[in-house]
Amino acid sequence: MSGSRLVAAIVLLAVLSAIPAILPPYFLHLVIQILIWSFIYTAWALMGRFGFVSFGHGAFLGVGAYVPALLWNFYGLTPWLGIPLSIIAAVLLAAVVGYPCFRRRVVGHYFALVTLALSQVVLLSLVAARDVTGGSLGFTQKAVGHSWYALQFPEKGYFYAIAVLLWLAGLAIWRWIDRGIGREALEAISEDEDAAASIGIDVMRAKMRVTIISAGLTALGGAIYGQYVMYLNPETVAGIAVSLQIVFAAIAGGVYSLLGPSVGALLTLSLTEGLRVWFGTNFIGAANTIYGILLVLCIIFMPQGIVGALQRVTLPRRAPAKANATETPQSVTRRPSSAAQ
Amino acid sequence: MLAVEGLSKRFGGFLAVNQVSFEVRAGEILGLIGPNGSGKSTTFNLIAGNLRPSSGSIRLEGAEIGGLPAHMICHRGIGRTFQIPRPFRKLSLVENVTLSAYYGEAGRFSRAEAEHRAREVLELVGLPCDPQATTLGLGASALKKLELARALATKPKLLLADESLGGLDRAEMERAADLLGDIRKRLGITIIWVEHIMGVLMRVVDRVIVLDHGEKIFEGEPAHAAIDARVTEVYLGKSHGERAQPV
Ligand SMILES: Nc1ncnc2c1ncn2[C@@H]1O[C@H](COP(=O)(O)OP(=O)(O)O)[C@@H](O)[C@H]1O
Ligand SMILES: [Mg+2]
Repeated sequence: MSGSRLVAAIVLLAVLSAIPAILPPYFLHLVIQILIWSFIYTAWALMGRFGFVSFGHGAFLGVGAYVPALLWNFYGLTPWLGIPLSIIAAVLLAAVVGYPCFRRRVVGHYFALVTLALSQVVLLSLVAARDVTGGSLGFTQKAVGHSWYALQFPEKGYFYAIAVLLWLAGLAIWRWIDRGIGREALEAISEDEDAAASIGIDVMRAKMRVTIISAGLTALGGAIYGQYVMYLNPETVAGIAVSLQIVFAAIAGGVYSLLGPSVGALLTLSLTEGLRVWFGTNFIGAANTIYGILLVLCIIFMPQGIVGALQRVTLPRRAPAKANATETPQSVTRRPSSAAQ
Repeated sequence: MLAVEGLSKRFGGFLAVNQVSFEVRAGEILGLIGPNGSGKSTTFNLIAGNLRPSSGSIRLEGAEIGGLPAHMICHRGIGRTFQIPRPFRKLSLVENVTLSAYYGEAGRFSRAEAEHRAREVLELVGLPCDPQATTLGLGASALKKLELARALATKPKLLLADESLGGLDRAEMERAADLLGDIRKRLGITIIWVEHIMGVLMRVVDRVIVLDHGEKIFEGEPAHAAIDARVTEVYLGKSHGERAQPV
């Protein structure tokens, strides 16, 4: 068992390290993007899986991308400090918005709306501060060539390695949360906050914790994305559009499984690219329409996401077993016999 | 051990609990009865921290707990059940109670220890403790027991049991009443037991308090409640056959 795992890990490692040598640059670029967005979608799913559906992650992404870039251009501050600062900023933003939401029990649709507004506020602020940020024309970091200090590497292999590490770290964090009792506490909270509180769960703290982790990681993803593409546009790293992109891709891939969000990233990005190449400049909008239709179908017919649906087919006993285990005879009303003697 | 003084709760212009005062003595089972809508569950929500009192004080062993958040009150040693069972459906039976055992003690024990305790409690109330068992398909009686198990797993000094008999048939009621008596004896827990009918409860409780329209109208021995003029009026006035028979 652990032997086959070891083999799998070695094979994965070998494949991952062979990729930059084999793939042509265009595909390597695509793979790097997929890995970074996988990380971001995984970060979103950390809270999304508990029904805390945030449309505000575009805000955290934007903060993550812009803060280090601005600090670099205007103060020459290395991203090694800029990125932690951007994470702190995103965490503060998450706390400032999350705290009153959780305190006032803003959940479900209302939570989605509040967070949606947050995305838009960050987008509009970026556009409004055009003297500093370049507004909707976008923002380009001062390039200095290959530099560890500036975290800039024209050679794609470096960012490929960074993206792989980032992705693996994201999976490790997902796993860590999934394995802890905190996950069960969050499931309980997502069902019934009063009942959860009555058994001693600090609902506020549990929600804040997962929100902060999710927001901080999203900012980190945004920062690495910014360092990689070296061009930021408010529309692509902040605002409602990218928030929706995050939500849809993560849900389509499956928020309840480790690899779901990554599969979401793989499929949505390949699809976007594929359709873009296929249609070229003919039929403007056709690519987006097809993309949208496929996503909708995906979400309607696979509410557990693609990975969730696959697990249901291939592992009928495992993942979905919890929902179906009802039929097992010992689970139900075994008439409680004689506890009262 | 618990002293409630001048407790009131207002919902908009409506006084659900009106200047209620009572004491609970360590080790007793106190019955809290009254017709539907008389403010019993609201009183529990106030004590357990699910609602904030509009006014009044609640002291547990001398310390004011009124207005504290629910999880802190749980950590102070008050466990509660809900009138309408609220199991965590996404979790298994054992997970439901393990979570209680773990967080009820503010994470002072490991998960494994919590799970061990959860099994003990499940056994005590008479529920299956195999890991496959889910909460889906549990009947009314089993759901009530799960409520009780979850509350007990937090190791309360004081248990608030809200209508543990609701939806049960006669035999199940008798057993549930015995179970509460048994829990008090074996675990040394003080209990406030809410019920809207007198019935079986009167056999087990040491004292009884009667609420009507959010006000306390009687406090004393169960036998006296049955012959108290105001209590019988409240119950007879309802003109429902079963409720008209106080004992
Ligand atoms: N959250 C609430 N908001 C408004 N009114 C409430 C709320 N909870 C209870 N009430 C009202 O307070 C009164 C007392 O309710 P409750 O305490 O549940 O009664 P009991 O448990 O004695 O049947 C009822 O009239 C009920 O409608
Ligand atoms: Mg009630």
